[in-house]
Amino acid sequence: MTPALELERVTCTFVAGEDRAQRHTAVRDTSITVAPGEFVAVVGPTGCGKSTLLNIAAGLLEPSAGSVRVFGEPLAGINARAGYLFQAEALMPWRNALQNVIAGLEFRGIGPAAARAQGEDWLRRVGLGGFGDRYPHQLSGGMRKRVSLAQTLILDPEILLMDEPFSALDVQTRQLMENELLELWSADRKSVVFITHDLEEAIALSDRVMVLSAGPASHPIGDYRIDLPRPRDVAEIRLDRRFNEIHADIWHAMKDEVLKGYAQQRR
Amino acid sequence: MRSSGGRLKLRLWQAAVLLAVFCAWHALTVPGVLPPFYFEDPNKAAFFFGEPLKVLGRIWDWFSGGDIYRHLWVTLQETLLAFATGTVLGIAIGIWLALAPTASAILDPYIKALNAMPRVILAPIFMVWFGLGMLSKVALGVTLVFFIVFFNVFQGVREVSPTVLANARMLGASRRQLLRHVYLPSAMSWVFASLHNSVGLAFVGAVVGEYLGSSEGVGYLILQAEGVFDINTVFAGILVLTAFALALDALVALAERRLMVWQPRSGETERI
Ligand SMILES: Nc1ncnc2c1ncn2[C@@H]1O[C@H](COP(=O)(O)OP(=O)(O)OP(=O)(O)O)[C@@H](O)[C@H]1O
Ligand SMILES: [Mg+2]
Repeated sequence: MTPALELERVTCTFVAGEDRAQRHTAVRDTSITVAPGEFVAVVGPTGCGKSTLLNIAAGLLEPSAGSVRVFGEPLAGINARAGYLFQAEALMPWRNALQNVIAGLEFRGIGPAAARAQGEDWLRRVGLGGFGDRYPHQLSGGMRKRVSLAQTLILDPEILLMDEPFSALDVQTRQLMENELLELWSADRKSVVFITHDLEEAIALSDRVMVLSAGPASHPIGDYRIDLPRPRDVAEIRLDRRFNEIHADIWHAMKDEVLKGYAQQRR
Repeated sequence: MRSSGGRLKLRLWQAAVLLAVFCAWHALTVPGVLPPFYFEDPNKAAFFFGEPLKVLGRIWDWFSGGDIYRHLWVTLQETLLAFATGTVLGIAIGIWLALAPTASAILDPYIKALNAMPRVILAPIFMVWFGLGMLSKVALGVTLVFFIVFFNVFQGVREVSPTVLANARMLGASRRQLLRHVYLPSAMSWVFASLHNSVGLAFVGAVVGEYLGSSEGVGYLILQAEGVFDINTVFAGILVLTAFALALDALVALAERRLMVWQPRSGETERI
C-alpha cells in the first residue's frame, strides 16, 4: 500500500539571513512514513525540529535535501491533502469563530448558507455551540484551539498534521479533547502526525511513537509500535500495565536526549 | 472604561479648560481690562493677538451671513479629495510593494528620499503644473497623505503573523484570497492609525496651497485678512479649520470603531 505521507532522508538547514556561515541544521537524514489511517506520534525534546518536520510535510518549508511524497506523488508547494493544526495562534483575528471555521469552505467557493450550516455544526461538535460570533481575542486559549480544530477538520483532510494541539489546555479538558480526537479519528481513520512533548499523551493516542534526538541535526532514535487495544480511553489506559511497560521502555531511550537538549539550550 | 458619571465629569473639565483659555485670552487682550505691562499702548495686545469676542463675532457673521460657505466648501472638497486619493494610493502601492520584494528593494532609496524631502516646497511646482484651481491643492495634499498611509500599510503587510498566513494557505487560500482575507484586514489597523495623522495633513495641503495662490477657500480668506492686518479674522479662520479637522477625525474614529470590532481594547469589563 502506498503510504499517505513519506518523508525520505530529509535534511533541513536554516541559514541566518545573508550570513551563509551561520547555519543551523535542525533535522538531518530523517525518514518518516505514515500509512493511510495510521496515527503516528512524534516526540522529542524541545527545539529538536518537530515543528520543522511538520512544516516540511505541509509543504510550507522546502527541505534542503531529501524528498516528500504524499500518496506516492512528490510534493510540490502546499500539501493540499493535509490539514495543519499549528502550535502558535493561527486564527484570523478579524474573523469571528464561525467565520474562522468556515474560512476554508469560503476559499473553496462553497456558498455562504451551506458553509454556515456546516460551520455551526462543527462548532457544536467541538463544544462551542453558542460562541460563533465571538472574536478570537474574546475566547480562552483552549477555546481558540478548539476553533482551530474545527477549522481544520471541516475540510475533511486525508492527512492531519497536529503540532502540540493540546499543550495549552488544562488536564481535564485535555483528556476530553484527546478522547474526542480519538473518536473523530476512529470514525474515518485519517492519517495523523501528532507532535507532542508529552510521552504519555503520545502513547495513549497513537499506533506508533517516533522519538527524535536532541537538536541540532536531530534524527529519529526510536520507532515504537503501540499495541494497546482500541478503542481507548486516554485516562484509563494510563493505568494499564502494558502502557506502563511501553512508557518505561521509551522513556529509558529518551531520557538522555532530553537532558542533552536541555543542557544545549542552557549554554 | 470609566462609568458614565466619570465621563461627564471629564467632558466638563475639558470644557472648563477651553473656557479658561478664552477668558485668559480675553483678559490679556481687551484694552483697559488689565493695566498694560508689556505693551505701552493698550491697543497693541489686541493688534497682535486679536480679541476672542471679536473672533467669535467674526465666526458668527461668517456663518449667519453665509459668506464662509463657498470658501469652506472649496477647502473641504480639496481636503477630502486629497485625503481619499492619498489613502487609496497609499494602500494600493503599499500592499503592492510589500508583496513585491524586488520592486521594493529597487525603489527603496527613492521612497526614502521622497519621504525625507520637505514636500510642502512642491506647492509652487504644482501651481505651475495644475494652475491656481483646486487641482494643485489636492495634489499637494495627496503627496502629504500618501506617504503616511503608504509606510503604515507597507509595515502592516510585512507584520502579518506568519502563522496566520501559513494557516490561510493550508486552508486553501489563493494569492488573491490571501490579499483580500489576510493582508488587507491585517494592514487595516495600521491604516487607521495613519488616517488620524493624515486628516490633519490633508488640511495642511489644502490651506497651504490656497495660501500660496488662489481665489477662494479658507486659506484665501486668511491670506486676505492678513494683508490688511485683520488678526481677528485670521484667528477665526484658524478656529473654523480646527473645528472641521476635529470633525473629520471624529468621522475616521467612528469608521474605525465600526470596522475594527475584532480588535481587543484594553479593559472591557463592566464595573458593578
Ligand atoms: N525559520 C528559522 N530560522 C532559523 N532557525 C530556525 C527556524 N525555525 C526553526 N529554527 C530552529 O530549528 C530548531 C528546531 O525548531 P522547531 O520549531 O522545529 O523545534 P520544535 O521541536 O518544534 O520545538 P518545540 O517543541 O519547543 O516546539 C530550533 O533550534 C530553532 O531555533
Ligand atoms: Mg514546535
